[in-house]
Amino acid sequence: MSDRLFNWYRFASPQAFYPLAGRMIPWFWALAALFGIAGLYVGFLVAPTDAQQGEGYRIIFLHVPASWMSMFIYVVMAFWAGLGLAFNFRLSGMMAQALAPTGAMFAFLSLWTGALWGKPMWGTWWVWDARLTSELILLFLYVGFIALQSAIDDPRRADRAGAILALVGVVNIPIIYFSVKWWNTLHQGSSVNLAKSSMASVMLWGMLLCALACWMYSIAVALMRVRRIMLEREKDTQWVREELAREAS
Amino acid sequence: MIYWNSLADFLAMGKHGLYVWGSFIVMAALMILEPILLARSRKSLIARLKRQYRAEKLDNHHPPREDNP
Repeated sequence: MSDRLFNWYRFASPQAFYPLAGRMIPWFWALAALFGIAGLYVGFLVAPTDAQQGEGYRIIFLHVPASWMSMFIYVVMAFWAGLGLAFNFRLSGMMAQALAPTGAMFAFLSLWTGALWGKPMWGTWWVWDARLTSELILLFLYVGFIALQSAIDDPRRADRAGAILALVGVVNIPIIYFSVKWWNTLHQGSSVNLAKSSMASVMLWGMLLCALACWMYSIAVALMRVRRIMLEREKDTQWVREELAREAS
Repeated sequence: MIYWNSLADFLAMGKHGLYVWGSFIVMAALMILEPILLARSRKSLIARLKRQYRAEKLDNHHPPREDNP
C-alpha cells in the first residue's frame, strides 16, 4: 500500500483521527503561545508609532489577524462541508461543525476591534460601507450555519443542509476581500499584498506573527471541538466505548 | 529595542488607550474562554457517556422479565 493511500483513508475515519488529533493539540497550543507572545511583543512593545494614526494603529495587530481568520476559516469550513456533500465522509461534516463557532468568534472580533479602531480614526463606530457590511454578513452566515445545524436532529441531514448554506455563502468571501477595491469605502485599502506592503517591516512582522498565532489557535480549538463532536456523534460505537474506557475516569 | 519610555506611556497608548486595550482585552478574553468552555463541555460529555454505558451494562445483566407473574 502506498503512503498516500495510507494517510488519506486511514485518517478520514473518526476512529483513527480522534487519537491523532489528541496528540496534535498540545503542539498547536505551544505554537499558538509562541507566535502570540512574539507577535504581541513586536506589535505592542517594539514597533514604533504610526505617523498618521498615532498609537491607535496598534489595533491592527488584533484586527487584521481576526479578520483574516474569519474569512479563512469560512473557506476551510465550506471546503469540508462541500467534501461531505460530494463524498459523504463522516469526518467532513464534523470538521465543518467544529470550525463554525471559532469562525464566528473571529468575525465578531473583527467587527469589535474594527469598531474600536473606527471611532478614533473615522469618528464613528460603524458605517454601512461595503467592507463592514460584508463582514457583518459573514458573521450572520456563521450564526445561520450554527443555528441551522442545531435545528436539525439527524446529524447527516444537518450536515447536508449546513453544507449548502456554507457553499452558497462562499460568494461573500471575495466580496469582503475586494470590497475596498470595488467600491469607495471608508475602510482603508489592504495593508499587505503580494507586490508591496504599505507597512514598515517591524509592523508587518508583528502582524504576521499575530496572524500565525491566531491560525495555530484556530487549529487547536477546532481539533478540541471536533474530538468532542466525534464522541457525541459516535457514542453508540465500540471505539468510543473503548476510548473512554482507556481514558481512566 | 522597547519603544516605550514608561509603563504609563504604554498604558495610555497616546490618546487611544481605551480603544487599543478595549480591543485587546475582549479578544484575549474570548480566546481564553473558548478553550476553557470546550474542555469543560468535553468533561461533562465524557461523564454523561460513562453513566450511560454503565446503565446499559446493568440493563444487560438484568433483562426485564415480562413473562413472570
